[in-house]
Amino acid sequence: MTTVQERSPMPQEREPNPAMTAADRPIGYGRVQRKEDPRFIRGKGRYLDDIVLPGMLHGAVLRSPMAHARLVSIDTTEALAHPKVHAVITGKDLEGLNLAWAPTLSADTMAVLATDKVRFQGQEVAFVVAEDRYSARDALELIDVEYEQLPVVIDARRALEPGTAVIRDDKDGQTDNHIFDWEAGDKAETEAVFARADVVVSEDVVYPRVHPAPMETCGAIADYDPIDGKLTLYETTQAPHAHRTLYAMVAGIPEHKIRVIAGDIGGGFGNKVGIYPGYICAVVGSIVTGKPVKWVEDRSENLMSTSFARDYLMRGEIAATKDGKILAVRTHVLADHGAFNATAQPTKYPAGFFSIFTGSYDLEAAYCSVTGVYTNKAPGGVAYACSFRVTEAVYLVERMVDVLAQRLEMDPAELRLKNFIRPEQFPYKNKTGWEYDSGDYEPALRMCMEQIGYADLRQEQAEKRARGELMGIGVSFFTETVGAGPRKHFDIVGLGMADGAEVRVHPTGKAVVRLSVQTQGQGHETTFAQIVAEELGIPPEDIEVVHGDTDQTPFGLGTYGSRSTPVSGGAVALAARKVRDKAKAIAAAMLETRPEDLEWEKGRFFVKGDPSAAKTISEIALGAHGTVALPEGVDGNLDAEVTYDPPNLTFPFGAYICVVDIDAGTGKVKVRRFVAVDDCGTRINPMIVEGQIHGGLADGVGMALMEFIGFDEQGNCLGGSFMDYLIPTALEVPDWELGATVTPSPHHPIGAKGIGESATVGSPPAVVNAVVDALAPFGVTHMDMPCTPARVWAAMQGRATPPI
Amino acid sequence: MTAVTDKPRATRASAAGSSGKGCPVQVPAPFDYARATSVADALELLERHGPESHVIAGGHSLLPMMKLRLARPEWLIDINDVAELGHLTEEADVLRVGALTRHAALLDSDVVGRLFPIVHDAEKVIADPVVRNRGTIGGSLGQADPAEDLTTVCDVLRAQVVIVGPAGERVVDIGDFHRGPYETACEQNELITEVRFPIRARSSSAYEKVERRVGDWAVAAAGAAILLAEDGTFADVAIGLTALGLEGLATEAAAVLVGERPSEELLAEAGRLAAVASSPVEDQRGPVDYKRHLADELTRRVLRRSLERVGATAGALQGG
Ligand SMILES: Cc1cc2nc3c(=O)[nH]c(=O)nc-3n(C[C@H](O)[C@H](O)[C@H](O)COP(=O)(O)OP(=O)(O)OC[C@H]3O[C@@H](n4cnc5c(N)ncnc54)[C@H](O)[C@@H]3O)c2cc1C
Repeated sequence: MTTVQERSPMPQEREPNPAMTAADRPIGYGRVQRKEDPRFIRGKGRYLDDIVLPGMLHGAVLRSPMAHARLVSIDTTEALAHPKVHAVITGKDLEGLNLAWAPTLSADTMAVLATDKVRFQGQEVAFVVAEDRYSARDALELIDVEYEQLPVVIDARRALEPGTAVIRDDKDGQTDNHIFDWEAGDKAETEAVFARADVVVSEDVVYPRVHPAPMETCGAIADYDPIDGKLTLYETTQAPHAHRTLYAMVAGIPEHKIRVIAGDIGGGFGNKVGIYPGYICAVVGSIVTGKPVKWVEDRSENLMSTSFARDYLMRGEIAATKDGKILAVRTHVLADHGAFNATAQPTKYPAGFFSIFTGSYDLEAAYCSVTGVYTNKAPGGVAYACSFRVTEAVYLVERMVDVLAQRLEMDPAELRLKNFIRPEQFPYKNKTGWEYDSGDYEPALRMCMEQIGYADLRQEQAEKRARGELMGIGVSFFTETVGAGPRKHFDIVGLGMADGAEVRVHPTGKAVVRLSVQTQGQGHETTFAQIVAEELGIPPEDIEVVHGDTDQTPFGLGTYGSRSTPVSGGAVALAARKVRDKAKAIAAAMLETRPEDLEWEKGRFFVKGDPSAAKTISEIALGAHGTVALPEGVDGNLDAEVTYDPPNLTFPFGAYICVVDIDAGTGKVKVRRFVAVDDCGTRINPMIVEGQIHGGLADGVGMALMEFIGFDEQGNCLGGSFMDYLIPTALEVPDWELGATVTPSPHHPIGAKGIGESATVGSPPAVVNAVVDALAPFGVTHMDMPCTPARVWAAMQGRATPPI
Repeated sequence: MTAVTDKPRATRASAAGSSGKGCPVQVPAPFDYARATSVADALELLERHGPESHVIAGGHSLLPMMKLRLARPEWLIDINDVAELGHLTEEADVLRVGALTRHAALLDSDVVGRLFPIVHDAEKVIADPVVRNRGTIGGSLGQADPAEDLTTVCDVLRAQVVIVGPAGERVVDIGDFHRGPYETACEQNELITEVRFPIRARSSSAYEKVERRVGDWAVAAAGAAILLAEDGTFADVAIGLTALGLEGLATEAAAVLVGERPSEELLAEAGRLAAVASSPVEDQRGPVDYKRHLADELTRRVLRRSLERVGATAGALQGG
């Protein structure tokens, strides 16, 4: 069931009409079935591994079994002798091409194939190119590598201790495992507020390492044409254009000779933002052999070596008055970035947007400091639908607010209601420098409480507690910051975070939209068609959405950080409006009147006061491309292109409440109910919005209850298969109950805020708060994720421990 | 002993190291394949292709190990066409289950549910429907994974395993069938053909497993089968533990119950003794103390459920 509360006169959500026919489906916003679904449902999606090029060879990566070791020797003789092997590439070979090391997305370097040392288990050591994927893998066993084991650094807390092995001794002047220190907010002011507060609570809060684990693993097919020097690179990427530019910079292939194609992508969640060594190896493999080379990861390779997420060790502190006015939040974070600092995030934000940890509350002061360290683990860091560390920030503050509620013996929902930023305070400048664009928090939380029956649940809980049964109710309220740019503040390796879009209306009135962003399941082909439909009155099914091919689309930074609708959505709406302006001029010429005398009604212009004197958008399109005498300065098409540089980020928010039951004898947590009220501003296609929320909620339950990439003392990855890295199934999640409020972004062309990550951000604290609430009778104030049966039982015994 | 050379379970293989060179490969090493048409044919093929040939049934244990290159059979002898191994026959005092009977078939069978509710308890929590559609009882016992659920079920039901080899057929008590983790009495050139479950009146059984997620292997599990005497006392009790480091039955825990009338105190004592009998090891699923606690907790639960099912002594239990 979905409840929607309109909070503005912005575009109305149209609920589906059961009797709806093709003739009266929404032309514009509303529930429209996804245009991409027919091909996915019929198994006709075209993923990377479905692509077979003539003469294509197959690559496989030899990976390090050790977390930290010196490379003594690599002998590839036997592998090269394998009858089906065409090439074996090592770090030495890449050194000759100046490709052994590559820049990361965080101004660091990473090894493509190891030359001096291996720095995490699963690191790339050699690349075999063979006639089929089986022979390539057989040949891996024929490569003889001699390693000399080095001491490993696994516990980030000890990474900076004197005498600890230095992981990045390849870097000039690097004498320890320190990467960066970063701070936000006012330290002195925060200290002063803490000093005079009635109550201060603090807690060590770990957001453990997890993995996005997209259903489709990462891969590439490199097809280098030695005659015309053009590289066609099929890739699982969320950011085709950024990749093209980076390849041009790194590999020295001129940018106009590189074409990156991302076909259907089976989930990204941030895992497919960066450039992985396997991609570069495929390119080198194709250049060396003169044939296309396909490389696709195994599941274990994906889990062990590609971008992980989180790994934040946080000390959270909240200062408040005794009657529950929250005054300040302070935190120090130890950020484990693994062996290479390769997190994908805006240059000036080494901790992403973590400084949104002030949450949804009107504070007097806030301060955070973040220290990043190297460890012998896979690199990566910002991934898994986290909106650049907003996930960590929201988890911290929402966990801490509950800790405070418990200390003050206040209801956690009441405590939140008491401290919300009030509607009249928007645009609201928080204490770490963000300007929240719009928000109306109380109605969202009240709707959520109403929908779940909060008061009754508290009553039920009291009765159950009296009987010794464990039931918990967890509240979380989040504010996200998504949709980066503006480009003056946000860039990735120097590329400003803006996105282009192009709208062309063909002579017959059908249209094509070309996007720089790349769908990975978000439904771009539908949503972006609907945006154009809303602006031009062309039915969504008459609008083709083209994306994922750098030769066919305008430049832009890609899809991650919930930025597609906020950034590209703005670009598309503005491009469509440009088309409409042009159409108006042409319509005026056709109707032999002045543009000022025309009025727009979705799909047509008519003469004011004479609705029968009208031209539809398709008539105008034909006119534009036909023989109509065009007005001065208007050329003969209905095309427009816009690169949208957002004036600010957008700030979606939401209220989530989760109910859990815990088996007191086994510690097993069952999520009984989950109500999510989201506000992402304008809802273009509510069905797609809900789909995004469903997926994110499942992710959140997964992280809260089971997902975890652990390491043993030797640095062996303990989460390297789906037997060990658990992701939730339909049976671990309840029927989601959704609600919505609509508070449009005032600065966005269509008021939309982005929804891709809200649920992943907001749900983990709701689940963990529910678990801790259930365990309160045992004196538990905090337990870290994952809340597995064993860990919950330990917490019940008073022995809650961090997972790392 | 069955099957493959070195065989830590596939689940443990995530930490690289699987190929010996450290890369987590997920395609099998080269092998040959033959499809048997009958038991005799299967035995002949095993004989012909020698010690590195192995039977494959559902393949849901063997194939994952092969993909991780923990198992490298030279030949696979596929028995999925051997129709004579797919039976499920109720006789007066025994249920005969062909080795190729799928998990899904056991779960679907009303006869199985009526006679041995423990089998349905266990089957509901073995893997997921996809695995259950292929995995077989013969393969489960043949694999002899310490976290495998049907072993405990067969233990407490005092099943017998029928093995056919070049020298003919033998019937082995389940206790003798197990030789330890991944080791059984079925030799490489033999075939498990049938599992026999004795049918007993006034008996019931139950199984309970704690898993981190549906489809996961057990953190721990316990199974019990009970037989009540006319006077409502326990005539026979068998308690088994899964993934808790106990080979065979928890005999001392069962012994305290035999001859006694059921009561909560007695069940608690049995639980305590089952925990004592367990010797779990710490892994990602949990630490030793937790698993020991589960041995106790789950033993009490399955005894209680068995008693409820046999329809007896609810009153006595409440009094306890
Ligand atoms: C994702 C996943 C989750 C799982 N979860 C669980 C779980 O929770 N609990 C559980 O108990 N099991 C679980 N399993 C294992 C599953 O039950 C397997 O189906 C079962 O262990 C083996 O049956 P199989 O027919 O697939 O055997 P196969 O894999 O075909 O064979 C296993 C071994 O037995 C031998 N073998 C097979 N049949 C015979 C025979 N007739 N005679 C002699 N030897 C034979 C083979 O040579 C091989 O050594 C899981 C499996 C998967 C893939």
